[in-house]
Amino acid sequence: MMSVLEMKQVTKRFGNFQALKGLDIQMGEGEVYGFIGPNGAGKSTAIRMMLGLIKATSGTIKVFGKDAWSQSVAIHERVAYVPGDVSLWPNLTGGEVIDLFSKLRGNDSRQRRQELLDRFALDPSKKCRTYSKGNRQKVALVAAFASNADFFILDEPTSGLDPLMEQVFQSCVQDAKQAGKSVLLSSHILSEVERLCDRVGIIREGEIIETGTLQELRHLTRTNLLVETKQPLDDLSALSGVHDVHTEGNGLQFQVDTEELEKVMSHISKHGILRLESAPPTLEDLFMRHYEQAGGED
Amino acid sequence: MRHSSFKQMPLLLRFIVKQDRIRTPIWLIGLVLFTLLVPIAFADLYPEQAERDLMAETMKNPAMTAMVGPGDLAHYTIGAMTAHQMLLLTAVVVGFMNIFLVIRHTRTDEEEGRMELIRSLPVGRLAAIGAILIYMLFVNVVLAGLTGAGLYALQIESMGLQGSFLYGVALGAVGMVFATLATLFAQLTESARAATGLSIAILLTFYLMRAIGDVSMETLSYISPLRWLTDVKAYAGNDWQPIAWLLILAGILGAIAAYLHAIRDLEAGFFPSRPGRKHATTFLENPIGLALRLQRTGWIAWAVGMLLIGLSYGSVLGDLESFFSGNEMLEQILPEHAGYSLTEQFISMLMMVMSLIAAIPPLMAVLRLYGEEKKDRVAQLMNRPISRKYLLGSYVLLAIMNGWVMLSLSIIGLWSAGITVTAGGLEFWSMYGAAMVYYPAIIAMIGLAVFLIGFIPGGNIIVWLYLFYSFFVLYLGGLFQFPEWLGKLTPFGYIPQLPMDQMEWLPMIALLGIALFLMVAGFQGYRRRDLQSH
Ligand SMILES: Nc1ncnc2c1ncn2[C@@H]1O[C@H](COP(=O)(O)OP(=O)(O)O)[C@@H](O)[C@H]1O
Ligand SMILES: [Mg+2]
Repeated sequence: MMSVLEMKQVTKRFGNFQALKGLDIQMGEGEVYGFIGPNGAGKSTAIRMMLGLIKATSGTIKVFGKDAWSQSVAIHERVAYVPGDVSLWPNLTGGEVIDLFSKLRGNDSRQRRQELLDRFALDPSKKCRTYSKGNRQKVALVAAFASNADFFILDEPTSGLDPLMEQVFQSCVQDAKQAGKSVLLSSHILSEVERLCDRVGIIREGEIIETGTLQELRHLTRTNLLVETKQPLDDLSALSGVHDVHTEGNGLQFQVDTEELEKVMSHISKHGILRLESAPPTLEDLFMRHYEQAGGED
Repeated sequence: MRHSSFKQMPLLLRFIVKQDRIRTPIWLIGLVLFTLLVPIAFADLYPEQAERDLMAETMKNPAMTAMVGPGDLAHYTIGAMTAHQMLLLTAVVVGFMNIFLVIRHTRTDEEEGRMELIRSLPVGRLAAIGAILIYMLFVNVVLAGLTGAGLYALQIESMGLQGSFLYGVALGAVGMVFATLATLFAQLTESARAATGLSIAILLTFYLMRAIGDVSMETLSYISPLRWLTDVKAYAGNDWQPIAWLLILAGILGAIAAYLHAIRDLEAGFFPSRPGRKHATTFLENPIGLALRLQRTGWIAWAVGMLLIGLSYGSVLGDLESFFSGNEMLEQILPEHAGYSLTEQFISMLMMVMSLIAAIPPLMAVLRLYGEEKKDRVAQLMNRPISRKYLLGSYVLLAIMNGWVMLSLSIIGLWSAGITVTAGGLEFWSMYGAAMVYYPAIIAMIGLAVFLIGFIPGGNIIVWLYLFYSFFVLYLGGLFQFPEWLGKLTPFGYIPQLPMDQMEWLPMIALLGIALFLMVAGFQGYRRRDLQSH
C-alpha cells in the first residue's frame, strides 16, 4: 500500500519555543486518521508543515512520497485543506470564492458543488462579510469536497458548525472514505473522531503519545457509568476493570475499562437495572490513563 | 526558480484586478487629473515669462528647495515650473498609492489568513507575490502613460513629447520603487499595520533626506531615490538616466522580497515580534490602558517621526536666514508682511504644514476603534461590563492627548534644530504658541472622526479626504491663487498665522464648540447603533 503521509522525527521551533518535538506519523492510502490533542498541542503546526506552508526545523515530511516543502505544488494538486478558522474576502460572495478555489485547483465538478451547497444549506450569493464563522467554514468545506482530491486535510473543521451540519460533514467524510480517499481529521474532542477514524494519533505538547486503532487504544479508555439497580450492587469494586466507585444519589457512579465492559454489564444486569447512563471517555481521561500507565511501568 | 514556483500567477493577477477594479482607477484618475490641472492653472495664472521669473525668484531660497526640491529657476517655463513644484509632491502621493495597494494584497491577506487558503491549493510559492508585482508594474505603466500622454496633449509650448513622458515615467518608476519596498516590508514584518507604517516611514525619510541634502549636504541627498526623481529634470534638460537607477533599485528590492518570501514560513516575518505577556497587567484591564497598549508602537513611531520632521525643517532655517539677509529683491516681492522676517513668515507656513501632519496620528488613534470593531475585538470587550460610552471616551481622550503630544514634538524639534543654526531670535514660547493655535483645528478633526464612528461607521475615508483637502487648499492655495473661501472650508483655514496675524480667540472657541458638538452627537450615535463585525 502506498503511503500518503510520512512524517519522521519532525521538529519545529518558533523562536525559542519548541512547538513540535520529534513527530512521527504514517498514513496509508484510503485511511481516515484522527489527529487528536488539546488546544496548543501542535496539530495545526504539524498540518501546516504537511502543506509546505511552514518549514520543519528538522526531520522529513513526505506526502504521496514527495517532499512537503520543496514539492508542495505537485502535492497540492491532490490535496484539499480546510482550516479551523476560515477567513475570506469580505467583498466577494461565497460562490465567487468557491469558483476561485476551483479555478486555482484547475478541476472541479459543478454538479458536485451544487449538491454540496444544498447539503450544507449554504447560500452562495451572499457576501462573505455577512457569513458567520460556521458559514465561512462551509464555504471551505464545499470547495474541498467538490474537488477530486485524494487526500483531505481537515483541521478542526467542525468547530463552528451546528450538530445538524456536523452530521452532513460526517457523511461527506464517509463518502470520501468510500471513494477510497485518505482523510486526516484533527480535533480536540475524542468522541468526534471516534465515529469516523480508522486510526488515531494522540498529540500532546508537540509529541505523539499514543497511536493505533481505537481498538488498540481501548486499554486507555474507560467508560463512565451511572447505574441504579433493584438489588444493591455491593460487590462492584471487587470486579476487575472497575474503578473509582462512589455513591451518587440513589445510584453508583464508576468507571469501567472498555475491554471489561461486557463482563461488568452482564454482572450489573443480574441486579435489575433501573437506570443506566454512560458517558464516553474524554480526552482528559485518556491522558490520565496514559500517564498512570507510563508511571506504573517504571 | 522552478517553473512551478509561479504556477497560477495569471489567475491570481486577474483576481487582484477584479478586487481592485474600482480602487485602482480612482487613484489613477485622481493622480492624472491633478497632474494635468497644474500646468493648465499655471498657464492661466502666470501667462507671461516675466511673471514666472518673478515666481522663480521667490522660489530661490533654501526653504522652498527643502520643500519642493531643486528646479530650473533660470528657465522657469510652464513645464519647468510644473516639474519643479509638482513632481516631488505627486511622487509622494504615488508612493502612498503603491504602498497601500501592495500591502493590501500581501501582508493583509496573509495576516487575515486568506493567503493560507490560496497557498494550500496547487499555486506556486511565488505566484501571489509575482502577481502583485506585475499588477503594480501594470498600474505604474498606466500611470506613466496616461500622465505622459495627457501632459503632452495639453499642447503647452514648453511641454514637449519627451519631457512629458519623462515626467510620467519618473512617477511610474518611483511608484515601482515604493511598490517593491512595500513588498519587502510585507516580508519582514508580521503585520500589515507595521508593514504600512515602516514603508511610509521610509518614504518620509527619503523625503527629509533630500530636503536636508538639497539645501546643505549633497551626498545625503544622493542616497534618496526621491532626489533621483527630481534629477530627471523634466522639461529642463530631460535626463533619462535616473529612471534607470530607479528601476534597478526597484528590481533589487523586488528580488530580495521574492527571495525572502520563498524561504520563509507563511504568516511569519523576519523582524522578531515580541512575545506578549501571559497575563494582562491591571493596566490593561481598563479600556484606556488597553487602547494605549494597542497603539503603543504607533505612538512611538509617530513621535519619533514628528520630532524628525521638526528637526529637519529646523536645520534649514539657518541657511534660510543667511540667504535672506541682503537679498533686497526678495524683500520687495513679499511686502505684505513688512516688519516680519522671511524666516518668520516661513515658520508660520511650516506650522500649518506640521499641524496638518500632526493631525494624522490622533485621527488614526481614534479611528482605530472602528478597526478593532471590525475585527470583533470590541464585541469581546463589550461582554465585560464596559459601557460603550466609556470605551469611545477612552479612545477620544487618547486621541486628544496624542494630537497635543505630536504637535508639541514637532515644535520642539523645529526649535531645537533652529536655535543651533540661526543667530538667535527664535523664542520657544512664541513658536510654541504659533503652533498650538492649530490644536483646536486638530480637535475639530477628531470631532469629525467621532461623529463618523457614531453615524457612518466605515466612513473613515471621509476624514482622510477632508484632511487631504485641507492640505491641498492651504498649501497650494497661494500658488494657484485659489479664492479665499476654499480655504475657509477647512478648520485649519481659520487659524491665525502667528506672529504675522493678530491672535484671534473667536475661531478657537468656535472650533472647540463644533468639536464638542460633533463628539456629543457621535457618542449618541455610537451608543445606539449595532456593532459591526467582519
Ligand atoms: N507562529 C508561531 N509563533 C510562535 N508560537 C507559535 C506559532 N504558531 C503556533 N505556536 C505555538 O505552538 C503551539 C502549537 O500550536 P498549534 O499547532 O496551533 O496547536 P493546535 O492546533 O494543536 O491547537 C502553541 O503553543 C502555539 O502557541
Ligand atoms: Mg489548531
